[in-house]
Amino acid sequence: MSTLTTLHTLSPKDLASDQEIRWCPGCGDYSILAQMKKALAGLGIPREKFVFISGIGCSSRFPYYMNTYGFHTIHGRAPAIATGVKLARPDLSVWVITGDGDGLSIGGNHLIHAIRRNMDLKIILFNNEIYGLTKGQYSPTSRIGTRTKSSPLGSIDTPLRPLSLALGADATFVARTIDIDIHHLTETLKRAAAHKGTAFVEIYQNCKIFNDGVFEYATDKSVKSDNVLSLQHGRPLVFGKDQNKGIRLHGLNPEVVDLGNGIAKDDLLVHDEKADEPSLAYLLSRMVHPEFPECIGVFRAVERPTYEHVLNHQMEETIASRGAGKLEDLFASDETWIVE
Amino acid sequence: MTVANLSTPRSHSPIPVEEVTEATIRLAGDSGDGMQLAGTQFMQTSAMLGNDISTLPDFPAEIRAPAGTLAGVSGFQIHFSSTEIHTPGDQLNTLVAMNPAALKSNLKDLEPGGILIVNADAFAAGDLHKAGYPANPLQDGSLKGYRLFAVSITKLNREAVSELKLSTREADRCKNFFALGLVYWLYERSLEPTLKWIQSKFGKNPSVREANARALKAGYNYGETTEAMPVHYRVSKAAIAPGRYRKITGNEALAIGLVAASKRADLPLVYATYPITPASDILHQLAELKRYGVRTLQAEDEIAAIGAAIGASFAGTLGVTGTSGPGICLKSEAIGLAVMTELPVVIVDVQRGGPSTGLPTKTEQADLLQAMFGRNGECPACILAPCSPSDCFDMAFEAVRLAVGFMTPVFVLSDGYLANGAEPWPIPDPAKLPRIPVRFAPAHVGGNGTSNGNGEAVFHPYERDPRLVRPWAVPGTPGLEHRIGGLEKEDVTGNVSYDPANHEHMIHTRAQKIANIANEIPELSVVGPAEGDVLVLGWGGTYGSIVTACQRAQRKGLKVAHAHLRYLNPMPRNTGEVLKRYRKVLIPELNGGQLRMLIRATYLIDAIGLNKIQGKPFLVGEIEAKITEVLSAEC
Ligand SMILES: Cc1ncc(C[n+]2csc(CCOP(=O)(O)OP(=O)(O)O)c2C)c(N)n1
Ligand code: SF4
Ligand SMILES: [Mg+2]
Repeated sequence: MSTLTTLHTLSPKDLASDQEIRWCPGCGDYSILAQMKKALAGLGIPREKFVFISGIGCSSRFPYYMNTYGFHTIHGRAPAIATGVKLARPDLSVWVITGDGDGLSIGGNHLIHAIRRNMDLKIILFNNEIYGLTKGQYSPTSRIGTRTKSSPLGSIDTPLRPLSLALGADATFVARTIDIDIHHLTETLKRAAAHKGTAFVEIYQNCKIFNDGVFEYATDKSVKSDNVLSLQHGRPLVFGKDQNKGIRLHGLNPEVVDLGNGIAKDDLLVHDEKADEPSLAYLLSRMVHPEFPECIGVFRAVERPTYEHVLNHQMEETIASRGAGKLEDLFASDETWIVE
Repeated sequence: MTVANLSTPRSHSPIPVEEVTEATIRLAGDSGDGMQLAGTQFMQTSAMLGNDISTLPDFPAEIRAPAGTLAGVSGFQIHFSSTEIHTPGDQLNTLVAMNPAALKSNLKDLEPGGILIVNADAFAAGDLHKAGYPANPLQDGSLKGYRLFAVSITKLNREAVSELKLSTREADRCKNFFALGLVYWLYERSLEPTLKWIQSKFGKNPSVREANARALKAGYNYGETTEAMPVHYRVSKAAIAPGRYRKITGNEALAIGLVAASKRADLPLVYATYPITPASDILHQLAELKRYGVRTLQAEDEIAAIGAAIGASFAGTLGVTGTSGPGICLKSEAIGLAVMTELPVVIVDVQRGGPSTGLPTKTEQADLLQAMFGRNGECPACILAPCSPSDCFDMAFEAVRLAVGFMTPVFVLSDGYLANGAEPWPIPDPAKLPRIPVRFAPAHVGGNGTSNGNGEAVFHPYERDPRLVRPWAVPGTPGLEHRIGGLEKEDVTGNVSYDPANHEHMIHTRAQKIANIANEIPELSVVGPAEGDVLVLGWGGTYGSIVTACQRAQRKGLKVAHAHLRYLNPMPRNTGEVLKRYRKVLIPELNGGQLRMLIRATYLIDAIGLNKIQGKPFLVGEIEAKITEVLSAEC
């Protein structure tokens, strides 16, 4: 096969680089890598148009394993570097790979600003609720009481909810999925790819070594349907092994109800990913196990012009009205005089 | 707008005119008094009259310090001459003080017997108290060493605009133009350029336009008709090379230079930055230039700014970031990434007084070692430093040439003095600017490497040319898919490598690449004797003071030469050889001796330092005195 890929022939294998993968056996990152290749191969975008930009962490090694353009940058700064790539080349498909420490701790500032600008970036946050690469300290998403080397008596800071934060920054696309929920993961990545603007995706990712099983309630076949609610646009919020439970609004708060006994599906909240206001998405993002099932799927998908689009539009407009700039005009842009 | 050479008005008044070769004046007042504006007008007019000029604005860090206080004093100094000049002048011949605070903080710079014009209406008890004067200096005889002209500027100005029915506030806002008019008379300047400027600036607001014009003329006429001043001065045209000129500040020159380089390299410019004094004006200038293909990003912080610049360069455009010292601190880790990944980025550092927030509006040269060494690991970058406001254009252009030519970050160390100072600039012909060659790796070069597991050819992003420069392979190019990053990489392939020997090899390779830049920059030239007693070695913004001091010393017959480093890393190839031709090397710097440390370490020369760290440029006299001292210590 030639190095010049064409639109139609890309297979997941074409997206695999020649580098040996160094994640621990059993790490959730493997599955994400595999589904990413699957999702991208089907997009009809030529390989050379993909750019993967990451920070630092186990998750941030991701670009080395993709046979696309890749940039493993510095801790927390991937959204900033990706912003520059997108400003320069709006035609590229730019993906940011980050971790819960990388994206929410050291890089929190860049994350919220990339999101609020609505740069056309796909930001994928691998949330394992731990610092993997530095060998297991608690992270900004670790649940209170998490015992790690740096929190031997249990962590005491309130965890950030990544999706709530993204919604607070006015994200236009917000979704959550799970590393081993292969089908859901692939579909979610495809939805993110199709979104024009910042797509923020949180993936529950198991760290086999330092935080094994934190998401078991959401991945264990025997319990997961009682603990996870899969969002469908326009459908009532129903969950449970027998699809017999739902989420109803009580005042401004959600509550779990059993269907039957006078409670019908019509009484439940109906998901609307296109709602202008992010209130519903925000409410869903705050539902946390074990009080509530945790939602997966697309929380919000609305349209707003991207930063680079508006910038380029401004540029085209001034050129249209005042003409393209010439250096001789620029040099003489102040009062000039002639010495004879 | 083109303005032909103006003739100086010949006044008809009986007051004698005295011809002088040069003069230095300063307009000082409260920061709300419009002194920067009046000073800029004086500079513009003088430049158009054909004088050589050099200016120094001086403004407080606070935007609106309490009116009338010392903290709120703002000044603008102009040195204008019929001969070539390089500095804004050591001492003032004329000082205009619009209030007691301005008088108090500026008087020390006025020469003995100098002309002192004060706004007598601003010396009431309350004003004196705010400036900390126990008694009125206009009356207590403390100013008798000067030619004092206490003019009722406020009252006279109000009278001049009285017909226009402005509020007192509005009327008083013109009093800077009254003062300017008076100084125009004092130095025989034409009112034309300023009247034209008023016309175009306030065209939409006829009463304000008329008021400013009347105030200006009233000030001029006051000088001409009252005979309050017994003499006025003429500074004739300088012998300046023919051509078209404009005035330019260092920040303007930097912005324009970046755009010019982007055009000549055929690379769109992406300028990402976070506002900081004294660099923000570069952003303001560039934000206006969208129709030149310039994209600006006001990032969330300096780290994001350089991150975006690096991303823009990775993607094949010209990534530039600009800041001052505190911002460089934040950018350090990312600069290391650009060194490691070998991407071209230009980093403008408009230096100000440090450490920490330091003296935000004052000048200093104390970031040299930070640019040199302020990163983890062995992390060399190229460093340039412009030597005058207009040289900022040339060095910005050079920075782009070297960044893309050597795939490296390049620092441009400007400073607050250059950034805000202005001088005439002979406008270059854009077509005569050199082209900046850019070679992107072509599609499909997969052939320069081996094949991967799929049998596909693999591109080698770290396969270098003989100058050790790696290819610029831009995302979107088919066949060049590759990964770069901050981890150490294997030579040639760029794959992550922890091999000890490879690491050392790559450290040496990156260092040698920067050293190779010396082969493509001009050699260090010397003005003055080719060998002798003293070489004064400077760098960056101190050029004007050093060159003037050396000229004076040479006129006195002293064997003093001057060399000025505009390339700090690497230094020109002949630097060591030049230094060894003189018995003593004197290095004046606005820091504690940073270049001196580099020179001593690199060339084992026991250079002598002249160091000033007061937020102010060198006076010519300070350098002259040191030259004399060094020479006399010799015998
Ligand atoms: C400036 C800087 N500070 C600290 C580190 C050390 N460091 C590397 S990765 C990491 C945390 C990574 O956690 P996360 O983003 O959750 O990634 P994971 O390894 O869990 O995928 C830290 C603190 C660094 N590389 N750079
Ligand atoms: S430490 Fe955890 S996150 Fe990192 S590779 Fe191993 S299992 Fe994966
Ligand atoms: Mg993590």
